[in-house]
Order: sequence, then C-alpha cells, then structure tokens
Amino acid sequence: MTTAETRPVRNPRSVISYSEPAAPLPPGLVPRNPGMPLDLGWVRDARVNRSAVERRAATIPTRRSIKTAWQAGWLLRAITLIDLTTLQGDDTPGRVRRLCAKARQPVRADLLESLGMQDVGMRVAAVCVYHAFVRTAVEALEGSGIPVAAVSAGFPAGLTPFKTRLAEIEASVADGAEEIDIVITRAHVLTGNWQALYDEVRAFRETCGAVHLKAILGTGELATLKDVSRASLVAMMAGADFIKTSTGKESVNAVLPVGIVMVRAIREYRERTGHCVGFKPAGGIRKAKESLDWLAMMKEELGDRWLRPDLFRFGASTLLADIERQLEHYITGRYSAAHRHPLA
Amino acid sequence: MTTVRDAFESMAWGAAPESATLAMEWLDRHHRRFGHFINGEWTAPSDTFAVINPATARELAQVTQGSDADVDAAVAAARAALPGWRGLDGHGRARWLYAIARGVQRNSRLFAVVESLDNGKPIRESRDIDIPLFARHFYHHAGWAQLLDREFPGMEAVGVAGQVIPWNFPLLMLAWKIAPAIAAGNTVVLKPAEFTPLTALCFAELLEEIGLPRGVVNIITGDGRTGAALVGHADVDKVAFTGSTDVGRAIRSATAGSGKRLTLELGGKSPFIVFDDADLDSVVEGVVDAIWFNQGQVCCAGSRILVAESIAEKLTAKLRARMETLRVGSPLDKSVDIGAIVAPVQLERIAALVKQGCDEGATCWQPSWSVPSEGLFYPPTLFTNVSPAAMVAQVEIFGPVVVLMTFRTPDEAVEIANNTRYGLAASVWSENVNLALDVAPRLKAGTVWINCTNVFDAASGFGGYRESGYGREGGREGVYEYLKVTRKHHPERSEGSRSIVIPRLRPGRTSPPIDRTPKLYIAGKQVRPDSGYSLPVHDSKGRVIAEVGRGNRKDIRNAVEAAHAAGGWSRATAHLRAQVLYYIGENLAARADEFAARLKSFTGANGSKEVDAAVRRCFSYAAWADKYDGAVHHTPLRNVTLAMPEPLGAIGIACPDEAPLLSFLALTLPAIAMGNRVVVIPSERAPLLATDLYQVFDTSDLPGGVINIVTGLREELLAPLAGHDDVDAIWVFASRAEAAAAEKLSAGNMKRTWTEWSVRAWDDPLEAEGPEFLRQATQVKNIWVPYGA
Repeated sequence: MTTAETRPVRNPRSVISYSEPAAPLPPGLVPRNPGMPLDLGWVRDARVNRSAVERRAATIPTRRSIKTAWQAGWLLRAITLIDLTTLQGDDTPGRVRRLCAKARQPVRADLLESLGMQDVGMRVAAVCVYHAFVRTAVEALEGSGIPVAAVSAGFPAGLTPFKTRLAEIEASVADGAEEIDIVITRAHVLTGNWQALYDEVRAFRETCGAVHLKAILGTGELATLKDVSRASLVAMMAGADFIKTSTGKESVNAVLPVGIVMVRAIREYRERTGHCVGFKPAGGIRKAKESLDWLAMMKEELGDRWLRPDLFRFGASTLLADIERQLEHYITGRYSAAHRHPLA
Repeated sequence: MTTVRDAFESMAWGAAPESATLAMEWLDRHHRRFGHFINGEWTAPSDTFAVINPATARELAQVTQGSDADVDAAVAAARAALPGWRGLDGHGRARWLYAIARGVQRNSRLFAVVESLDNGKPIRESRDIDIPLFARHFYHHAGWAQLLDREFPGMEAVGVAGQVIPWNFPLLMLAWKIAPAIAAGNTVVLKPAEFTPLTALCFAELLEEIGLPRGVVNIITGDGRTGAALVGHADVDKVAFTGSTDVGRAIRSATAGSGKRLTLELGGKSPFIVFDDADLDSVVEGVVDAIWFNQGQVCCAGSRILVAESIAEKLTAKLRARMETLRVGSPLDKSVDIGAIVAPVQLERIAALVKQGCDEGATCWQPSWSVPSEGLFYPPTLFTNVSPAAMVAQVEIFGPVVVLMTFRTPDEAVEIANNTRYGLAASVWSENVNLALDVAPRLKAGTVWINCTNVFDAASGFGGYRESGYGREGGREGVYEYLKVTRKHHPERSEGSRSIVIPRLRPGRTSPPIDRTPKLYIAGKQVRPDSGYSLPVHDSKGRVIAEVGRGNRKDIRNAVEAAHAAGGWSRATAHLRAQVLYYIGENLAARADEFAARLKSFTGANGSKEVDAAVRRCFSYAAWADKYDGAVHHTPLRNVTLAMPEPLGAIGIACPDEAPLLSFLALTLPAIAMGNRVVVIPSERAPLLATDLYQVFDTSDLPGGVINIVTGLREELLAPLAGHDDVDAIWVFASRAEAAAAEKLSAGNMKRTWTEWSVRAWDDPLEAEGPEFLRQATQVKNIWVPYGA
C-alpha cells in the first residue's frame, strides 16, 4: 500500500492552472490522499444551486442508456464495486459468514460461464460489518483478497465520546479491518464548525494509519447541498480516502443530487491539489438500474478512472440480488426470480 | 460484436438504438407519399419533393409542394369551418383539445421517433422534451377553451389563422400555434417547414382519427412560396410565424395595411450571464442545455456566454472538459447528446460562420473526438477571445456554437447583454437573489431564466423583445393573440394627411393681438420647429385661428432622443406615475372652460363633455398605473415564473382628428401610465388641443421628455417616426393608407405596431379605455426563478 503521509502538502492554487482540464489518470494505483491544511476560504466559497443540480440528476439517467451486452458488462463491473454490507442489530457470526461466502462467489458459476466471465475472479470490493464481526469476516474471507471494512467511530450517530471513537478504530484495525468507515459529527457541519470537523477527521485518519478511511457525511442530516459540498471538502482536506454519503440509517440515503455535489467536490479537490479521493454512495441503492445511473454519473462527472474499486464503491446489501436477476435475464431472455440465486 | 467481457473491461457507452420500425411502417402505410390535409381529407400527392433524414441523408418520403390553389382550398375550408367552430361553446372546444392531448400521449413514441428521423434531434429530446411539452400545450389550452367566456369577456376569435412554423421544433411549434388558436375559436391553416413536415402530417392523421370537425385544422406542405401564399392570402385574418427575422420582416411588410393580426417569433442571440458567485458546475450544465440542446438550433439558445472576468478562465476550462464528454451521433441512439444538423445548407452555414470567426482571430475550441463522417453532424464549438464587435458575437449561427466574453460589473454585463438587435431570452447565473433580480428586469428579453435555461411551459408566455418579434405564445398572454375585442362597427377614416400647405388666409386686423404661435414640445421645453415654417390652423368655419410649428424629421429625431433620455420614467414607481396622472387631471379640470371653448372653435359644438371625459380618463389611468399587475404562472417546476408587464420604451403615436383632446389623451395616458415615453403627432386638423396641454403638463410635475409633441403634417412626420430604429412601437390611428405606410416602415427594427383606421367612440370607456390599451402599452417578460435550499 502506498503511503503518501510524508509528502509535503502542496499549495493547492499553484498545482493546476485552470487553463487545461486535469489530465486523465493512469489505470495503476493512485497515491493516497494526504490531505492538506484546512482552507476555510475554499470551504466557504462552495456554491451549489439545488435546482440546477436536481435537473442534472434527473437527466443523467435519461441522457445515457446502457443496453444489452454493455448493460451486462456494466452490471458485472458494479458487482466488483460493492461493499457487501450487513449492519443489523440481529447480525450473528453465522450471518456474517454467509455474507462472506457470497462475497467470494457473488454470481452463479453457470451464469458467469455464459457471460464469458468465468476466469475473471469475480468478487465484490469488500465486506462491510460492525466491529464485533470484523474478526469473523477476516477469517471467512481469508485467501480471497477481499478486504473487510468496519463501520466505526460511534456509527451511525457518531456521538459517543471522542476517545471511545478513536479506540473503536484502533480495535477494528487490530482485528484486521483494512478499511474504516467513520461517521462525522453532523453537528460540526450544522453549526459551521469546520475546524472541529477537520480536526476530528484528521484524528480518525491518523488513528487509521495505513488502513483506508471512508468518511460518512450522513448527508440526509446535513439539510443543504451547500453544506454537503463544504463537508466533503473538509473531509478531503483532513485526509479521507473516500467520502461516503450515508450510514443507511438516515431517512434519506444515497440520492443522485447529493452524489453529484460530492463528486464535483472530489473533482475540484483533484483539480486544485492533484489528489484523488474515492466516492461511496451507500444506502437505498437496491436496483440494478440504479447502479447503472450511479456509474453513468461517475463516468460523466469524474471519468472512467472512478469506475474502479480503489475510487468507487457501492454500499449495498440487496443490490447484488437484483443484479444477479438482471444478468440471468440477459442470458436467458426470461425475467428471473430471486430464489434462483444463492442467498447472501 | 462487443462481448460482455469487453464492456466489463472498457466500460464504454454502448449503442442504445431506438427502433424506427413502427415509424417506417407508418410511412409505408402512406406509400411514403403525402398530400395536404384539407377539410378533413387528404389530397392526392402531386408536385412532390423529398424529405430527408439528416442523420443518413436518405429520403424518408415525398410531400406535396402547396400551390396557390391548395392554399385557396385550405383557407376556404378554414373559413367554412369557422362559424361552427367559433359557435361551439368553450366546453365543446375544450373536449376536442383534450382529445387531441390524449391522442398525442397515446402515440407519443411514434411522434418522437418520426420527429427525430425527420429533424435529426436526439430521441432523448424528442421523447423527454418535445412530445411532453406538445401534449402539455393541448392540455393547458383545453383549459383556456373551457374558461374562455369567463376569463376573456367581450372578446372573440380573430378568425382564420395562417400559421407558418420552422424546422427546429416541428411538433412543439405546431402545438404552440394550433392549441391557442383553436382553443380561442379560430380555425387554422398551418404550413410546417419544408425540411420537417412529417410529424405535422402524422398529427393530421391523429385529427382524422379522433374526428375533429372538418376544416378546423388544415395542414399544407411546401416551401417558402407556399408560406408566402398563405400569409398573403386575403381571407386570412391572423398570421402567426416562427422563423428567421428576415422572413418575419418580409411578412410584416407584406401584410402592412391588410389589417391582419400578426404574431412573430424570430431570431435571437441570447445572453447567458455568469456572475462570479454562480455554481460553476451547474453553469456548465446550463451551457449544455443552452447551446447543445437541439444542436444549438434553438431560437432562444444561450449563444453568448458573458462571464465575470475573474472566473472566465476557470469556466472555460470546465466547459472544455465537459465538451469532451458530450456525445454526437445517431439521433435514434438513446445515449446521444447532439444529433444531426437539419439540412446540408444549415451545416454549410455553420461551418462557414465558424471559419469566419477563426479568421477574425477568435480562439476556436472543439473536442478531441470527431463526429460521424456520414450524415450531417457538427461538433460542439466554443469561441473565446471574442469581443462584442466580432461577427460570431453578433450573428445568429443557429448551430452548436457558443461564444464566451467577459464583463467587469453587473452594469457592464447588462450593457453587453443588451448590445444586440434581438431580445428573445436571457439566462442569469448567480447564487445571489438580489443580484439576479436586479439584472433580470434590465435585460431586453421576453424570457429571463435565472439559474436555468431553455425551460418552457404552456402556462408561461414566450416571445421576443426588439427584432426577436412580438406577441406571446403560451399562458394567458398568448391567448390574447388569438382574440379580438368585440366592437360595434364604425366607419373607416377617409381623409389622410394634408400633403399640401393651405395658403394663409388671415382676416385683416387693425391692431395685431399678441401672437401665440405654439411651438413643439420636446424634452419638457417648447422649441421652435427645425424647419422654421408654420402651418395655419382653421376653425370650424374655415378661418385661420392660429399657426403651429411645422415639424420635420429632425424634430422627430430630437423628440425620440428626449424620450430615451427620460428613461427614468420607466423606473419610477407606479405610485409616482399615478400621482402625476392625477395631477394632470386636476390641472386639466382647472382649465376645463378654456379647453371646452377651444374644442368648440373646431367643432362648433359644446366641448365640455369631451373635457369632462378627458379628466375622467386621466383619473382612470392614474388608477390603472399601479393596478395592471403581472402574474405568477403555475409552471411545473419548483420555481416562481413571474410574468411582468414591462413598458415597451419609446412609443410613437399618431392621433386621429376625431375627439382631438380625448383621443390624444386616450392614447397617450395608458402609454405613460405603464412607464413608456411617447412622441405624439397630434390631430393635424385640431393640434391646438395638444399644444394647449403644454402648460398643463408643465404644471403637473411631468418630467421632461415623457411626452413629446411634434405638430405638423402627419404624413411628413409619421415616416421618420415609423422608420426610426430607436422607437419601440408605433401606434397609428389615421387612414388606412397611413397605417399601411407606417407598418411597412416599422419592419426596419420590427417595432410593435398598433394601427386602426376605423373611427373609435373615444368617449365610451368600454371601447376606448382599459386593458386593451394597457396590453398594447406593455410587453410581458417571464422571469423563471427556481429555488431550493
């Protein structure tokens, strides 16, 4: 894993001049986002016009239509981007092991064969669980190369004592989590306390060490798109590897307008600092068609490089099942049933 | 053949073709040959020409070139259908419009596919924008038909409407023309553009299917000759045209003096203003909607980006990056942003203008990818390093080509935005509502979109300022265009202007009285006529009772300049204007006897009744000044659509001879009550009623230049006034010949015209006062203000 921790933070304004768009990224590994000092001027400059963003969101699915073989290919790609997730109060080791088994074999072998994908090594991007099940998942996934992500830092409200939240991260890392999905203190955003937000995420990042940090903004509780944009910027400045929409527990989860605002913040951050940050919409993405809309949005707004698991994830639990049904439909021409596909 | 694995690895957009099978079957059912749809029947195809699919250059069908005889037959059918259709009650017509709307939705995909085949626009646009708006227009106007009697009392259908529409939005323009016309009880002959007649014929088939009464809607195909025959047809009462300003100008000239009502929706070079506090990523998508919608072949396309200098570089970089991701290709591919240019001639024109722009030194930028080599395609194009003087910044290119210029201050943004002959639309981007709402009213444009662009709805009027034409389509304001005020029949004015000066005949006197030769009234001052000549004024017995200045073209020029200098009047509060109008009434009443005597000298009859009516008229327009409100339209967006009646600017008015005091005020007062400034040619026979008003105005706090009066020979004065390119409207209440001459001259800058050659009952407030006058004195600007935290 590349660590760029020691790289000096460059003056964001001097890195990229605005005369040319940022060059396309190479397909290889992207250095981690080292973060930068909090730039309050930049944060406060954020402008988001909700109506215009919603119009864009409404037309992304209608401007791009992914059909036939492309649809199947895109859906397979979507599978490789899923953080297969279970975050329920009634989770048990057995349930988590079942999920991990599905993560290793997300699609029926005969279907993969029909699609010419049998030797690709199809698997999901990660398995995402509560801390209590990190060890279970790590064991269940051994040898698969699939990392375990742990939701952490007082998930989902993020209001436990700060020290407890840091300790929670440490514990999950110690148990073998390779990715930590933290939640931010929404109050810092709602009160405009950007410094506190920055310090919090920075501390989480430092505690994570070499483990990747995804910052969950809880956008459904941030009220305005402008604050979504500002919180995105602060989290990136503080060194988040990913910014993530939601815990899945808010009343409004991942929706395209919020996604557009966050990926535009990622684009702006890259243009000004040269650093790449990933994006993870989570919560409420259940249908194969929705995953295509998100992929189309990523491709349009950030480009093809953000269609790989190091820079894009779906946080989802039931999406995979719908994708499996669509893949079978592509193969057979008949609409499929859920019970024809192995349970997660 | 792309495999799933290829797609998995490349994540490329694949092809997503919309099937054309059913559309082709529809064409085949007609053997790919069409006649006209006249009186509910199809004529046999004859003298046909080819209709081409611009994406493939292949012929789709043959349609008939409409002859004069075809036009005669269609107009006759519309005329014959008129009494029955107009006679139907509102609910009856509403049911037909409702049936049409339903039929459009039932066949929505067929209409969409045929539209994209014929025009070259992406199926996404025809499917998601054109066709839904087309249906919405009929639903909305079914409602106006239902409510017509209640909402438009005292008005009636104009009659037979001749309508000519362009090729850029064939069905949508058809809806904009036909829906309000038939809702209001008119019957229609419509000619679609020669490049894109197929969906209109498909629509005719729908009318046949639902059984619309014969002759209510007639569709004839053909090129400009057919259109000219239609608008020139003597039995057409109303002409509605959407297309180029040049053709609009020709139509204005050709119909001068015909008495035909005219709605013209013409060209544009609409500004797209970006302030430094705008959401720039949304601005970029706004530009996509503004100029890369329908290949830029949009009359209201935001083709001039005006951006604050401080963010110009940043916006340019973002635009260029976005242009890379646009997709040009087959209109029937569901993942295409930009389709085909409608015809070779149009493609050549775009290419030639772009080349000229490059030659002039502007920086031209196009994406790195290339457009399909077969079919008529042109890449999105951005010009930077452009000055307002550059050709590409002035000319309507009507293609996917946009220019970017910078400004320093909001005032300069407005100045550059208004630095055009056109005035169709404008778009303003800022997160500051104070700034946006300050700028919007100052833009000379019929539609202003704040933080959005190219959004349309049937409930909101659409139309131009300046040389972008006149009249509105959509909303309540659009329905008025197809109605006329029901009035008693009055005789036509016979006498024209005196063309020769009558010799002076002064009775001999022993001791001369103090001379009171009135001068002209310009900029609030009495000034001598430039000519240095005077004209005698005769009383009812033919005796010379005074002389008035003989104004000439230079006096008109000075008066127009004074009117423009008095622009503060337009910005004054309505309350202040009302106060001045009351004051005029008060001072006029104080001198009632003097004016009555003056009237008596001209008419021989007691003038006190006319003076009393004049005082009442002052009070009426003082009352109206702050009560002729706009509206908030119910458009289906989360926004407020503000319909604001705005003054036209400088209005030239030629007054009639009848009721010389009252007619002068009846025309002048509504104009100034709404904030216009006027240049008035008073009654030639009785100019003293106007010149006597100088002192009334002077004592009533009327700012100089709001009313300017030039006496003289109407014919001599009307020509420079009607031809003046800085006069925004011309009202002529004189003989038919004078009205015709003024209408012809008005075409120079497409000033609004209001002409009438039959006498009015000026003393009847129902006939000569109120909303009809206020509508003429204003134009509606629709400001779209989306909101959302």
